[in-house]
Amino acid sequence: MPDGAAPILDVSDLKTVFTTRGGEVHAVNSVSFQLAPGELLGVVGESGSGKSVTMMSLIGLLPMPPAEIRGGQVMFEGHDILKMTPAQLRAVRGRKIGFVFQDPMTSLNPVFTVGFQVAEPLRRHMGMRKKQAWKRAAELLELVGIPDATARLSDYPHQFSGGMRQRVMIAIALACDPQVLIADEPTTALDVTIQAQILELVRELRQKLGMAIVWITHDLGVIAGIADRVMVMYGGQIVEQAPVRELFANPQHPYTRALLETLPSVTGARSKRLKTIEGQPPALGAHPTACPFRARCRHVMDVCHEQNPAITTLDAGHDVACFWDATTGEARHV
Amino acid sequence: MFNYTLRRLLFTIPTLLFISLVIFLLLDLAPNDPTGNLPLTIPPEVRAMIRTNLGLDQPVWWRYILWLRQFFVYEPLNLIEQMFHITIGDGHRLRILSYATRSPVVDLIVERMPQTLWVVGMSYVVGIMIALPIGVISAYKQYSWFDQTGTFVSMIGFSVPTFFTGVLLIVIFSVMVPSDSFFWFPSIYDTTLKVTDLASFGKQVRQMVMPVFVLALYNAAQISRFMRASMLDNLNQDYVRTARAKGLSEQVVVLVHVLRNSLIPVVTVIALGIPQVFGGAIITEQVFKVNGLGQLLIIGIQGADIPLVQTLTFIFAVLIVLFNLVADVLYGILDPRILYD
Repeated sequence: MPDGAAPILDVSDLKTVFTTRGGEVHAVNSVSFQLAPGELLGVVGESGSGKSVTMMSLIGLLPMPPAEIRGGQVMFEGHDILKMTPAQLRAVRGRKIGFVFQDPMTSLNPVFTVGFQVAEPLRRHMGMRKKQAWKRAAELLELVGIPDATARLSDYPHQFSGGMRQRVMIAIALACDPQVLIADEPTTALDVTIQAQILELVRELRQKLGMAIVWITHDLGVIAGIADRVMVMYGGQIVEQAPVRELFANPQHPYTRALLETLPSVTGARSKRLKTIEGQPPALGAHPTACPFRARCRHVMDVCHEQNPAITTLDAGHDVACFWDATTGEARHV
Repeated sequence: MFNYTLRRLLFTIPTLLFISLVIFLLLDLAPNDPTGNLPLTIPPEVRAMIRTNLGLDQPVWWRYILWLRQFFVYEPLNLIEQMFHITIGDGHRLRILSYATRSPVVDLIVERMPQTLWVVGMSYVVGIMIALPIGVISAYKQYSWFDQTGTFVSMIGFSVPTFFTGVLLIVIFSVMVPSDSFFWFPSIYDTTLKVTDLASFGKQVRQMVMPVFVLALYNAAQISRFMRASMLDNLNQDYVRTARAKGLSEQVVVLVHVLRNSLIPVVTVIALGIPQVFGGAIITEQVFKVNGLGQLLIIGIQGADIPLVQTLTFIFAVLIVLFNLVADVLYGILDPRILYD
């Protein structure tokens, strides 16, 4: 998407901390990013890298306590979401920002009909009457490619397959024409064929409706197919972000490079074992004062143990947070 | 659903026959002498004649079959006759008679039923109405002072026996409180009281307060714990997050989405508890002198009144089997994922 357009979502310095019995967990550490209107931003990283928590905290969907937002700003349409009252926040959720979650099997309420659940946001936000909302719900189900939509409105979620349920979730998220759609690993729980169908559906809907999408996943292959821009997260921080082609062609951060190496190759020798990144993601007991990736990094240097690298902008739109320079193979001179 | 219910109903027939046989045999094993309460001056040969007249000289299986005929044929026919004021056949049938009072057992039960239903039934309703909101709030505000207090109170309600809370209430509200005070409550339930006007209605309410409270505390303690646990199970489900992500208010999220799911197991527990209402609260009825079914059963056991005990116990068994079925059917209605047939 074009640079320079005013971002629809502007997150700066977001910090989220969980208080647990074992002490604090700093899950999101000073995350800043922007989302342009109509853009599809992919967010990748291992489990526990803070992808979901970042997106959940910026719209207040985390249970508080144990979660607590320690700082930052989330500007959406000129207002700071983090400073909104619960009522204002509810007026944004589902209306202007839609959500699709990971597991379609459990994300729908089992005792209400699908029609009721799709119609709910319409009645809540659009002031529609029951009948009107029901009609619109049928249109939405049709839009997301559910055959025989009107009849299926009175079915219960358990009568739908996983892929169909995820379509229902998408219909719910899109019910009120949101400007932003946050999709939290929407294809992870689905098998590959269904995954492809859902990806195709989202691509199509985006063209039709033009909303901006944040797509959280740990599957780089998915990202490569649909994203405009990619944000790589590790240890609750953004370690690299770049337009999708740039990132795949010219990955800068050792973590991004390692992630790309773990992708199974279609062309290479079949028998090769899949590559992995050795070690575990860090425990985030405190706000990091050193690079969170240092323990697993191939290019670790002394400075990595002492400081947490700041974001450096390389080219237009390509940011990386690392002391090591991938192009020279040495410490970066800033 | 209909087929399922029908099948289950048919299946209750052998179940109940078996239960009635077990009850009959167990009672027959008990070393009971229905003439034991009679004066000692009655000579042994007269006692033997009394037993013969009661039919006790017959073999067990024959007495069981006779009882079956009385319970399943004669008594229902009699009930129909009374209800529609008609006579079927010659209208002379030997009903199940109590050894002690020589009056038909079913009449005794019908006499006792209203008191039990009023007091114990009311306590069940009150208990549910207290328990559900407490359970919901306790779960929603888990570990808050409200939840802690609720947990403490239900622990007390559950663990302190009703004969203790009952007597405690009597000591406080019937003995210590002066009898002209508004807070004085009668410790004895007066069955002869007829509700005709507002004053007698007030009196009826006042005499129900203490037994109902004692039993309601016990019932509420149990059900509120169930409700809380069930709510907690559901509050962390993914669909709750979805509901919040739609921008629904907390009220709708909790009282529509979570509550509907949480009620499914609780409703079945409530349905399963209803037979106990009919069974009366044996101890509480004793404490407050409510002459309900529980008291009737105790008297019957003490007086070796086998036909009374047999019939009453079997009616309880019927109710338990029936409400088990009701609970299952309710489960199927409330949860669309459950399909019978």
